[in-house]
Amino acid sequence: MAGKLVEVKDVYKSFGEQSVLAGVSLEVNETQNLVIFGKSGTGKSVLLKCMVGLLTPDKGTISINGIDVLNIPLKEMNELRKNIGFLFQGAALYDSMSVRENLAFPLIRNFNFTQKEVTQKVERALDMVSLSHAIDKMPSELSGGMRKRVGLARSIITEPMLMLYDEPTTGLDPITTKEISKLIRDLQQELKMTSIAVTHDLICAQIIADRVIVLNDGIILFEGDLATLTSLDDPFLKNFFSPEYLEDNYG
Amino acid sequence: MTSDSTFEQIRKFFNIIGALSLFTHRFFMNVLKPPYEIKEIAKHMYELGVKTFPIVSVTGVIIGVVLTLQSLPIMIKFGAEAFLPYMVTLSVIRELGPVLTALIFAGRVSSGIGAELGSMRVTEQIDAMEVSAIDPFRFLVVTRVIATTMILPLLTVYVDFLAIGGGFFASYISMNTTYDLYMSQVVEVVKFGDIIPGIGKTIVFGFIVGITGSFLGYTADKGTEGVGKASTTSVVYSSLLILIFDMILVQVALWLWPVN
Repeated sequence: MAGKLVEVKDVYKSFGEQSVLAGVSLEVNETQNLVIFGKSGTGKSVLLKCMVGLLTPDKGTISINGIDVLNIPLKEMNELRKNIGFLFQGAALYDSMSVRENLAFPLIRNFNFTQKEVTQKVERALDMVSLSHAIDKMPSELSGGMRKRVGLARSIITEPMLMLYDEPTTGLDPITTKEISKLIRDLQQELKMTSIAVTHDLICAQIIADRVIVLNDGIILFEGDLATLTSLDDPFLKNFFSPEYLEDNYG
Repeated sequence: MTSDSTFEQIRKFFNIIGALSLFTHRFFMNVLKPPYEIKEIAKHMYELGVKTFPIVSVTGVIIGVVLTLQSLPIMIKFGAEAFLPYMVTLSVIRELGPVLTALIFAGRVSSGIGAELGSMRVTEQIDAMEVSAIDPFRFLVVTRVIATTMILPLLTVYVDFLAIGGGFFASYISMNTTYDLYMSQVVEVVKFGDIIPGIGKTIVFGFIVGITGSFLGYTADKGTEGVGKASTTSVVYSSLLILIFDMILVQVALWLWPVN
């Protein structure tokens, strides 16, 4: 049986008077794909950012691969970060660099690969997301879906053990949403990564989730599989997956 | 109401200056740590040089021409027109060249750095760098501040030459001064103690432009409004700090190298 890779215990986070996370606890096993569901502003992205040290929780513990990420020096945190991929909501591609440079950047800075190895890895990662032809384009020349793919390629280029996806399909049309979600699932299977994706997108969750958590007002409302979630009688969840909600969001 | 908002503005100003001081401290804690990012610094120096070259060229010539044309009638009135090259050269080298170049540089570069880093902050590019185990402060801030600190003295020397050239041009048109006479007076009047403080203070001004733009961009609030604010406030704060530091450095220079 696979061991625990991520363990979040009783995490609290507030911004001024506003409480965002109010005692969140969760576990993710190796090679498992967890989807954290919830409407906008419920602290999903904050939780992901706490995991990689971009934000510091007010209370609680977070451990990844047995390392307590909240109590390690920056040097050790950076070593851990080399094994974590993060896909940001807007892909966060470096505007001043071409696609090739964006992908090569973490490899050149953090590893001792030769130029030939870097080129091979960049070409392979772009091939995996079917964007080999865009290698010399600038981010401003790419569509929203292409940016997400390049962002994904940059995140997986170091073959991390853990992938974190922050709203991977937000702002994309339903067809591109399906494509990106399938791509995420295929890459996870191919690279045997563990993943946590935060989203409010049902299509994305249906494609990639092994297990689902619903977060509302900073607390976990549900934990289990997607089929159970969609058949529950809870008024909030029913409203969340109501035909009106789905109609508004997916047409 | 007015006094409240004025008080609030003063409080905000000192808050920013306090945070800027901590940011400057962070810069000095990081500047000597490897990797030194020579390639990145050279890239920024080249870009900043190219970006500001046309505007400082025009400024340089205009400084010399205007200073000569404005001063000439007064000098004639006092029968001191023969001293015009002395006055123009010393004014340019000691004060006008460094300060005006720095202010033009602040307007062009500090706002650019503020907008660029602000946009990177808002679109999570700085966060992306951090989660990739790359120190964004060293890569984005330290390199830019070193580049502005190194390029401004070079631009100032260039502007000084153009301003003296502009002064000669205006003098030639107005009084038919010969090139040899004008330049012999320039060479005669310029001392080591005029050049060093003039160029020396542009190192401080270049640093101010880089650190202020970087600070306001790097700490920009979320949203496009934050990017605009970072860009405009960068110009305001760096210009103001340049003038404040100029006042201090003039005193220091006069104490170290008194005018004979």
